[in-house]
Amino acid sequence: MSADVVVRIEGLHKSFGHLEVIRGVDMEVRRGEVVVIFGRSGSGKSTVLRCVNFIEDPTQGSIEVAGIRLEGGHRTRRKREQIRQLRLHVGMVFQQFNLFPNMTVLDNVTCAPRCAGVSGDDCTKRAMDLLDRVGLADKAREHPIRLSGGQQQRVAIARALAMEPDVMLFDEPTSSLDPELTGEVLAVMKTLSTELQMTMMVVTHEMGFAREVADRMAFFHEGKILEQGTPEQLIEAPQHTETRTFLDAVL
Amino acid sequence: MQLASARVPFRLKVAVVWVVIFGVLAFVGNAAGFDTQWIRDNFRYILGGLRYTMVMAVAGIALAIVLALLGALARISRNPVAYGLAGFYVSFFRGTPLIVQMFLLYLALPPVGRNLAAEYTWLPEGFDQALVLEASTAGVLALGLNYGAYMTEIFRAGIQSVAGGQGEAADALGLTYGQKMRKVVLPQAFRVIIPPTGNEFIAMMKDTALISFLGVTVASAEVFRRSQLVGKADFKNLEAYVAAALVYWGLTVVFTFLQARLESRIGRGYDRTHVAQAMAAASQQGQPHGGGGVTG
Repeated sequence: MSADVVVRIEGLHKSFGHLEVIRGVDMEVRRGEVVVIFGRSGSGKSTVLRCVNFIEDPTQGSIEVAGIRLEGGHRTRRKREQIRQLRLHVGMVFQQFNLFPNMTVLDNVTCAPRCAGVSGDDCTKRAMDLLDRVGLADKAREHPIRLSGGQQQRVAIARALAMEPDVMLFDEPTSSLDPELTGEVLAVMKTLSTELQMTMMVVTHEMGFAREVADRMAFFHEGKILEQGTPEQLIEAPQHTETRTFLDAVL
Repeated sequence: MQLASARVPFRLKVAVVWVVIFGVLAFVGNAAGFDTQWIRDNFRYILGGLRYTMVMAVAGIALAIVLALLGALARISRNPVAYGLAGFYVSFFRGTPLIVQMFLLYLALPPVGRNLAAEYTWLPEGFDQALVLEASTAGVLALGLNYGAYMTEIFRAGIQSVAGGQGEAADALGLTYGQKMRKVVLPQAFRVIIPPTGNEFIAMMKDTALISFLGVTVASAEVFRRSQLVGKADFKNLEAYVAAALVYWGLTVVFTFLQARLESRIGRGYDRTHVAQAMAAASQQGQPHGGGGVTG
């Protein structure tokens, strides 16, 4: 029994046509753990994250989230529903926020629980609590377009949290933000770990955040995990020249 | 050197052009013996056909919207049956004239029912009459099928114009396909789809005139059929068809106006600052935006 493993990735391969982007990745994330995934662009780090909730279908290998285990390969009708069940345990935050422009901020946050059948009043109350947590309760009635990038990303975090997920995936959450706005988003992410003990997989180049919040870091290179360890190990004493070169470039 | 006419506003000049056009038309009409009294006597009757024109156009566009939505969803699906059916539908109804489709439904279908009923006795009672349609029903079906085929492409483009990240976000939130479409993708797609659909509706109002070729009964005759009937009876073809044209033209002007208002309403909640800026810039230059033209 390994009940405290929330995400288990085994033998993951992903190809786009003839291009193999992920070439055998195994990874386990325990409850409450924050894993930072980093590496050069094209190293497959985002693709791994997108495979966890089947935004991309793994070509081969298996993904297990909160006890739901699914194999890669073709989608059948039955598997489609299983994928949806798995996704209900996974919150995801995108680089481009992807808030729904046709809804207010509040409706964005209540969207997932409402669709999952939670009654209206409970939804709204919980959504307001979450918006309060990310410091945007006063923007509940606004449309996303009226918010800054940092604010939009904080709403996106609240929207993902509203699913009460077992794990949160962050796909370069600050990469499309102006430098002065990244701080507010990283601060919110940090509180998720410190206050909610949220399990998180974060693809980011923010080494300061990694040093402060991550329990573990994994360096991706050419579709594989080249090395992983604590932030101290990876940032202070990387074992591979590729890791060292990359860190020299971003630090 | 300054032209004196530079001080006259552009819009006023355009208005003068329109007045001149109507003046010339009035002169020609008068010289041709245009009978305005006949128009006054019969306009009420012709205008009465408007309710049938409108009912047929509304029914036709409703059918077209349903078909276009289904067709578009099929065109973006990976299901080969859905994709193939939609492909056949769009190709056939865009590839043949509307008037041919009307006659196919009205006159070519009944023998199919009759002959099948004669061939296969196990078919239910009354099958020989099942494919006999009333003229207006056949006409509306043909309009809906024809416009639905064109609008399938409009709907498909509208749905595909919604950024991919929107669908991914809906997927990530665990929404079902239906929820994703209903709550996220289609509401955004409709912003793009509604303006051209308005154009299609305006065009369809005019194409309802074709249904009269199927021989609609006098009781339910629409605008064109009515003008045809009274014009023929009194040998007043000039007046009758001018009257019909004026009715359709007026209808188009009214609905073009309504559509422009609707279009500006559905922009709410979205970033329209660039639109506002463009409008402000255009009005500062004193250039006309839109002119007096009527589209449709």
